Amino acid sequence: MNLLGKLSWDAIPFDQPIIMGATAFMVLVIVAVVSFIIVNGYLAPLWRDWITSVDHKRIGVMYIVLALVMLLRGFSDAIMMRAQQAVAVGGAQGYLPPEHFDQIFSAHGTIMIFFMAMPFVIGVINVVVPLQLGVRDVAFPTLNSVSFWLTASGALLINISLAVGEFAKTGWVAYPPLSELQFSPGVGVDYYLWSLQISGIGTLLSGINFVTTILKLRAPGMGYMRMPVFCWTALATSLLIVAAFPVLTATFAMLLLDRYLGFHFFTVDGGGNAMMYVNLFWVWGHPEVYILVLPAFGIYSEVVATFSGKPLFGYRSMVAATMAICVLSFLVWLHHFFTMGGSADVNGFFGVMTMIIAVPTGVKVFNWLFTMYGGRVRFTVPMLWSIGFMITFVVGGMTGVLMAVPPADFQVHNSLFLVAHFHNTIIGGVVFGLMAGYNYWFPKVFGFRLDERWGKASFWCWFIGFYLAFMPLYAVGLMGMTRRLQHYDNPAWQPWLMVAALGAVVILAGVACQAIQLVVSVRARRQLRDATGNPWGGRTLEWFTPSPPPAWNFTVLPSVGRFARRTPAEGRQDYKAIEMPNNSPIGFITAFFAVVTGFALIWHIWWMAGLGLLGAFVTLLAFAFRRQEEIEVPAVELARFDRAHPAEVMP
Amino acid sequence: MRHGLFAALLIGAAVLSGCSEGVLDPKGPIAAAGREILFNSLAIMLAIVIPTILATIGVAFWFRSSNRRARYRPDFTYSGRLELLVWSIPAMTVLLVGGVAWIGAHDLDPRKPIASGVDPIRVQVVSLDWKWLFIYPDQGIASVNHLTVPVGTPVAFELTSSGVMNSFFVPQLGSQIYTMAGMVTRLHLQADHEGSYRGLSANYSGDGFADMRFTVDAVPPEAFARWIDAARSTGLMLDAGTYAALAKPSSAVVPFTYRSVAAGLFYGIVGSAMHPHGSAGLAHPTAERAEK
Repeated sequence: MNLLGKLSWDAIPFDQPIIMGATAFMVLVIVAVVSFIIVNGYLAPLWRDWITSVDHKRIGVMYIVLALVMLLRGFSDAIMMRAQQAVAVGGAQGYLPPEHFDQIFSAHGTIMIFFMAMPFVIGVINVVVPLQLGVRDVAFPTLNSVSFWLTASGALLINISLAVGEFAKTGWVAYPPLSELQFSPGVGVDYYLWSLQISGIGTLLSGINFVTTILKLRAPGMGYMRMPVFCWTALATSLLIVAAFPVLTATFAMLLLDRYLGFHFFTVDGGGNAMMYVNLFWVWGHPEVYILVLPAFGIYSEVVATFSGKPLFGYRSMVAATMAICVLSFLVWLHHFFTMGGSADVNGFFGVMTMIIAVPTGVKVFNWLFTMYGGRVRFTVPMLWSIGFMITFVVGGMTGVLMAVPPADFQVHNSLFLVAHFHNTIIGGVVFGLMAGYNYWFPKVFGFRLDERWGKASFWCWFIGFYLAFMPLYAVGLMGMTRRLQHYDNPAWQPWLMVAALGAVVILAGVACQAIQLVVSVRARRQLRDATGNPWGGRTLEWFTPSPPPAWNFTVLPSVGRFARRTPAEGRQDYKAIEMPNNSPIGFITAFFAVVTGFALIWHIWWMAGLGLLGAFVTLLAFAFRRQEEIEVPAVELARFDRAHPAEVMP
Repeated sequence: MRHGLFAALLIGAAVLSGCSEGVLDPKGPIAAAGREILFNSLAIMLAIVIPTILATIGVAFWFRSSNRRARYRPDFTYSGRLELLVWSIPAMTVLLVGGVAWIGAHDLDPRKPIASGVDPIRVQVVSLDWKWLFIYPDQGIASVNHLTVPVGTPVAFELTSSGVMNSFFVPQLGSQIYTMAGMVTRLHLQADHEGSYRGLSANYSGDGFADMRFTVDAVPPEAFARWIDAARSTGLMLDAGTYAALAKPSSAVVPFTYRSVAAGLFYGIVGSAMHPHGSAGLAHPTAERAEK
């Protein structure tokens, strides 16, 4: 028996210059970053302040860093696909052979959904929700750290697949029978499944954490109807995660049983049925869309209200719309496969349900509009992203409702029209929102604002680039071009695909502007410093504590009345010592063993998988027997901190 | 903002006017009905989407903080009438489009035969790695990567897959439908105009997917009869043995025909997917792929 399972030197694609180049680049970057950290003596502070931190703000920042890094990876895939389709016409095969192109589009989808959008959304929720609720941390701080590190483990496994072995060649949905052992005998699908199983556990734990936090921990006086809308959307998203992710985990578990132990859940033979997977996948998949977009809606609600100088219009409507979407999102999954030949009644039902979910979404757009109405709109970077979103998203919503009409879907299903539609909603909805949130809350987290000029440049590049990249895809979709084509024979499509490739380059410029914005802002942090803690005139609780907030968020927990107000420090005597959760390496160590186990299972190295599982179990056992879980922050330190950060007078 | 909107409109106009092939250039009743539904739904929604976009730009611009003429009303945060309005506008739109969806789902149900005075011809479709097999059970011939149909005659398709799922799609004739192993889907299409149309798989199925294309020739009934006669006179016979050879993975296959087809082959293929060593004596068609 081979001690290394299926692993051998053949697993590394030495003959593929593109892959080896990317791998070499990745290794170089990692080596450079690690040596930078070690040479400057940052290793100890990194371990103390970040890796073992259970502070929700730091965990949130790490989530967002992970998301931005994976954005670069997923975006490289996008550029390669657009370049391939711009040239591979007629007899030309382009520069990517099918077995490579197929991995790229599968990795692009998987990475962008699971390792870019999800960590970004959860990162923003992590940073903002406890502050907005006026509390000191989430309900389960150490669990929060475990969640993050499990997500990072999944991301690491996906990146390992670039160099060692291969990634799935099944598309990001990995439909059987194609993803079964019979048709995908390689390790690609196993990389896909195990990395998503591991990160999926992290996401589920995150969901549980935030449901508990929002339901059980709120500042005194903050009833449900006084919660900021972002917290409502975070609650809806967390509920969706708790309800939907177990479905995905179970579905993948069944596929894993098929692949590893010869079960027949979704196989062609032995009584399996692949359409069961397709149904279950989208029972998770459609709520997932709202898991991503609801927090973005929450961000727009905060941003539009703040920069219009008004409270949000129709708060109760917004809450009702959010919760309506939360429930309805479970009743529309079949619209992803009207073309399977279901009966007209089934297709009609799911078509109409899909449209009904557009009603609360439409209500939200109108409420943002009326929030601006009668306001004093300041065109800051977050506001530009929000207005850009309102314009872009209604187009995406419209094409979505269009495809909810079953006969219309029969014409454009799986075409580039569909690809344009969901990028229209995910970029125009989710990414724009995350960018707005990034620019909006950055000063809260780091104490200085981001550079406006580069921020605006980035917005315009993304905005124009988006239209250039995806409007042509609507067109070629209507011209009959289906998705995932490594080459095609219809020369009429090529001009459109060239424009789309150009659009991707313009978006690339937007991404570059964002990177420059960050560097420029860090260098100019003294000029951009925000001493007030409330640079934008926001009215939610996170703006009523200094920036960056102390580890304990609020020296004295705020109490919410008709208006929130930051109490001045002068003459205050009522400081009480507070208990803060201790740092813990448990998340990092668990994640280490999760990577070991995942890698071992992918390559059938059974002894190593056993060792990894044992390690994770022992880690949890050690955690269960911990002696001390909290440290005390004495009252004098709180008083000292408050005097050092005098409250500004709020308008 | 206006840049993008302008680009969107420009591209939209270009698509609608100058588009050849694809779903906006229908050549049969199903595709024409599909396009009509596409346009109707789009028109209903544009009636609300365009004003919303313009209002967003207009309101944001007019209420800019530097505009001294705009009235600042920070207390304008609730209005019962407006709430009623903002819930009813999308609700009414959805009521209309929902009606289109419900009726359309029934009228254009892929299983529903096309009402016609002409008797339909039957075609059985099998998606293979990575080519299409078309069996004409009544004529007793079969064809690979090439479908010939008589103009003005309804075509009743029965579809299945040898293994991996695909989607049978001829954009200019209308509705697509999945092909799934062990299952039979049904689809009814008709070509009203002579011509040659592109067909493809619209569901990714592996490495050779991009070459899973076929041509549909819509010809006059006499020419169709001649084509059948010609097909009967050349090529191999399609039975379990030749099917097993055909089922081996290959891509970019040049179209060819079979002179005759073993009776019940199609349902044999459907059954063999479920019982690999069972009925019709068909070897499991895609087993070779796993070994590759």
